[in-house]
Amino acid sequence: MWLKDSSIGRKFIMSITGLFLVLFLLFHGSMNLCLVIDDIFGTQGYNWICAMLGANWYAIIGTLVLALGVVVHFCYAIYLTIQNRAARGTDRYAMEARQEGVQWASKNMLVLGIIVIGFLVLHLYNFWYKMQFAELTGVETSMFDPQDGSAIVKGLFTNGVCGIIYCLLYLVWLVALWFHLSHGVWSALQTLGWSNLIWLKRIKVIGVIFATIAVGLFMVVTVYFLGVNIGSMM
Amino acid sequence: MATKKDTKVATTTKKVAAAKKATTTKKATATKKVAATKKVADVKVITPEMAKIPAGPLAEKWTNYKDHQKLVNPANKRRLDVIVVGTGLAGASAAATLAELGFNVLNFCIQDSPRRAHSIAAQGGINAAKNYQNDGDSVYRLYYDTIKGGDYRAREANVYRLAEVSNNIIDQCVAQGVPFAREYGGLLDNRSFGGAQVSRTFYAKGQTGQQLLLGAYSALSRQIGKGKVKMYTRYEMLDIVMIKDENGEERARGIIARNLVTGRIERFFGHAVVIASGGYGNTFFLSTNAMASNGSAAMQMYRHGAYFANPCYAQIHPTCIPKHGDFQSKLTLMSESLRNDGRIWVPKKLEDAKKLQAGEIKGRDIPEEDRDYYLERRYPAFGNLVPRDVASRAAKERCDKGYGVNNTGLAVFLDFSEAIQRLGKDVVAQKYGNLFQMYEKIVDENPYENPMMIFPAIHYTMGGIWVDYELQTSVKGLFCIGEANFSDHGANRLGASALMQGLADGYFVLPYTIQNYLSDQIGVPRMSTDLPEFAEAEKNVNDKIARLMAIQGQRSVDSIHKELGLIMWDFVGMGRTAESLKTAIKKIDALKKEFWSNVYIPGEANSLNNELEKALRLSDFIEIGRLMAIDALNREESCGGHFREEYQTEEGEALRQDDKFSYVACWKYTGEDSEPELIKEPLDYEFTERKTRNYKA
Amino acid sequence: MDSYINIKVRVWRQAGPKAQGHFETYELKHIFQGASFLEMIDILNEQLIAEKKDPIAFDHDCREGICGMCSMYVNGHPHGPDSAITTCQLHMRHFHDGETITVEPWRSRAFPVIKDLMVDRQAYDKIMQAGGFVSVNTGGVPDANAIAIPKPVADEAMDAASCIGCGACAAACKNGSAMLFVSAKVSQLALLPQGKIEAAKRAKAMVAKMDELGFGNCTNTGACAAECPKSVSLANIARLNREFLCAKFQD
Repeated sequence: MWLKDSSIGRKFIMSITGLFLVLFLLFHGSMNLCLVIDDIFGTQGYNWICAMLGANWYAIIGTLVLALGVVVHFCYAIYLTIQNRAARGTDRYAMEARQEGVQWASKNMLVLGIIVIGFLVLHLYNFWYKMQFAELTGVETSMFDPQDGSAIVKGLFTNGVCGIIYCLLYLVWLVALWFHLSHGVWSALQTLGWSNLIWLKRIKVIGVIFATIAVGLFMVVTVYFLGVNIGSMM
Repeated sequence: MATKKDTKVATTTKKVAAAKKATTTKKATATKKVAATKKVADVKVITPEMAKIPAGPLAEKWTNYKDHQKLVNPANKRRLDVIVVGTGLAGASAAATLAELGFNVLNFCIQDSPRRAHSIAAQGGINAAKNYQNDGDSVYRLYYDTIKGGDYRAREANVYRLAEVSNNIIDQCVAQGVPFAREYGGLLDNRSFGGAQVSRTFYAKGQTGQQLLLGAYSALSRQIGKGKVKMYTRYEMLDIVMIKDENGEERARGIIARNLVTGRIERFFGHAVVIASGGYGNTFFLSTNAMASNGSAAMQMYRHGAYFANPCYAQIHPTCIPKHGDFQSKLTLMSESLRNDGRIWVPKKLEDAKKLQAGEIKGRDIPEEDRDYYLERRYPAFGNLVPRDVASRAAKERCDKGYGVNNTGLAVFLDFSEAIQRLGKDVVAQKYGNLFQMYEKIVDENPYENPMMIFPAIHYTMGGIWVDYELQTSVKGLFCIGEANFSDHGANRLGASALMQGLADGYFVLPYTIQNYLSDQIGVPRMSTDLPEFAEAEKNVNDKIARLMAIQGQRSVDSIHKELGLIMWDFVGMGRTAESLKTAIKKIDALKKEFWSNVYIPGEANSLNNELEKALRLSDFIEIGRLMAIDALNREESCGGHFREEYQTEEGEALRQDDKFSYVACWKYTGEDSEPELIKEPLDYEFTERKTRNYKA
Repeated sequence: MDSYINIKVRVWRQAGPKAQGHFETYELKHIFQGASFLEMIDILNEQLIAEKKDPIAFDHDCREGICGMCSMYVNGHPHGPDSAITTCQLHMRHFHDGETITVEPWRSRAFPVIKDLMVDRQAYDKIMQAGGFVSVNTGGVPDANAIAIPKPVADEAMDAASCIGCGACAAACKNGSAMLFVSAKVSQLALLPQGKIEAAKRAKAMVAKMDELGFGNCTNTGACAAECPKSVSLANIARLNREFLCAKFQD
């Protein structure tokens, strides 16, 4: 099967799963933005979306597909890295210099990816476990109503010092995510073959803009609650 | 007769040297003359029949030949092995084409990949008589320009065939995907080059040689992939194996080659051997040739009886970056196209030149009225665009007089300030930007602000192994193609013609003519390399290597090679005299002794050993250098790349002696310690009228 | 202005493909900055020969940046710290007095070391043999002007074709990937009508050979193009991806 056996095939899988996850991030980020809007204007947008997703069949399928995407992306990343290290040969360069125009992120995608995944686990525990998982299994996983996502989020981020720490942790995560995406998006498009002499630079810019928007959406929410939290503590 | 010539010598030398020197020269020439007349009686002559030149009008010779030559049928081709040594334009194209035809090809190169042969470094372009520009070009005109450019010292039939197949080359290369430059309409673009009045040069940026070689390399790669060519990289041929046929006639049947990685000596059989090993310009140590380019294959052919023809014809390219130190390993060529807009000059005043040499002032500090645009002064009609040999000699003349402009006194200015004023910096940058950048990288000086410095350097050797019309040497079954043979450029090669010749030989000539030979060989079975002839040849090679390794002297190979280069440049260089050539021979003989008694080669013979490789090549360069001097001494005339100071006009232009030297000087090996024998192939110009080249008006 | 410098050169010495390599440091005095890097190595070798030691084996030939033979990894860069040049075009003016210069061979599984700084790059030839050509025999081809090719297309093909096959791309790549090399040839031929006919076949064959030979997977770091002495563009890699994916999806 060429998707496994050929290098471009493997890269194709990486780029497709990657782009899929980026799209999810965009959706997730936009959804999170509702939290801020809700908090400012007193609306119930976030919880409405939560309810719509909840434990419905399409949400479950969506979640499974998403999980599959993450797993495939991760496994291929490990597989590719092992292969690439082997391709480098046994002797390493004694001296390596930075090449001009080469992004730092592009050479550290695996590390960045692992950081992102690590936080993802935390994130899943913090939210998904308390929301969709609780809803599905009926197990009580937190003191909040699994339907009231908004409360769960606020409960975590505005919880005094603990909230500040969480916010900061999330910010670290988001920075790693930004670096990962700043290379990932254009790399995925390049792998799919959407690039030529003129578009080469443009796609790199698009990639960065895309990463900034996606990560920015999350940032806004985190920073907002960080502000609210600090404000309430003073 | 002798008196008449002596007067001529006297008048011409008058300008060049002091009266005393002229007398000595005259005497020397006179004595030589006697010796030459004595020899005339027993000089062997090669007739057109011996050179296998087909009968009939010039334009029909090649067609006639092809119509009547013998061919090998497909089933028999499979049974025949052909060895091709070299993977440049000629070698790669020949190996690929022979394999496409069905022969089994064994191809050898000394580099790590066939793509690295030095054809790759050609910049300018390739000529063809396509007449796409509608400027009156034709096969005849390309033929005529080549003959004239070669100063009427090339064989008519060969040159005409070259012009004929030139068009096929362009078609072939385009079909292979060579990205030639194109016009906005999508059709092929042409540029003009020295020595022609039409635009017939096809080019691919400044990398035409690279693109053409990669085209041939891709065709070769395809055949290697199919298993029709067996490729041996990092192998160097060290001898040719000769085996007698049933009539007792020796034929080339294989080679002995050294695996450069393991140092192992190996044997290879072939029904025929084709040598495409390039030129011997590196005899001069400093040249525009690649470091590994060498003349050893030619010398191996020569030692087995192949004639070495016109060894003294070496082309000196006028626009190279000057030498900057003793450690210098090679000279870099700047494209000839620079002379289209650049103006060449030296200071008028000697004191200005001295200041330049001392580094006190720069070229731009010298006012316009104190500049001597010597090419424009001497050659008003052609100005800076005179042919290569003329421009080179003029630069040497100025530098010899002390007007050189860099620290070594061996450089002249190539100035673009006028072009920048006239066209604007942008236009100049567009045309020559990459060359300017290359210059700046090497010299660390901005040529937009200060004039470039250039000096002539050895670039190409027109001489080489003698071949007949079939490109077969005087040894049966041994063929020689590309720069390695002598055939098409006469005494001087025009720009963009080397690529044309290499590919013509490899794609369109040899694959035909070799069949005329091989058709008789279909009954010859593949021979075992265990035959005594192979063993004997291998033993000779091993003995030579052992001899070299045993010297264990004090000097490195390069130090001796540099010394040889200096001898060549000083005494067999741009301006030669009988005296300088005799000095050269003496010095080379002494150097040969020095080499064989005092060279030091570290390491082992049976492993990777660069120094041993270089020593083996140098041992042959020494012989070639000597042969060049002998040939130059024999050729008492000035023509093309060969300039004898005794033979020049009042104005210092080359003076041919058509009545005496209109022949190819073929040198036959007679033994390690005896002088070579001269054999002549007269050049009777049947179809073209000979004229004196004139670039003044 | 160029002047004379004293330097130390730290060179990788390895007796053979299977031998254990190590660094050795040599001192060089009075090196003219106008000398090329390889001329500096020549001087060092002359020095070693004078001391009856084994000179450093390295690949080099044309010394004008076109044959692709020279291959040194100098101070952490393939072909050294200057841009868009080969090692032979690197000059000593890029180094300062008292500097220690580290020189290593290309390091990639597909380029095993032969000796010292010399590596075996036959893998590139094998990729070319798998499909880096247009399948035409000599003779019987149409007139060169029979097919018009737009100038921008021809120019882009030319830029891709300027690859010299030196191996700097794979040497620079942290993944040991040969994608820039392969894509340059695939691009050149896919752009031109002559090569388009077998473009799909070519892309598949060359990529399969590249993978088989043990080159790594491209992760688009761009180090290859940054270090390429001929500035071959990353856009070629995108074109190769496109050609390859289209070919596979058509199957």
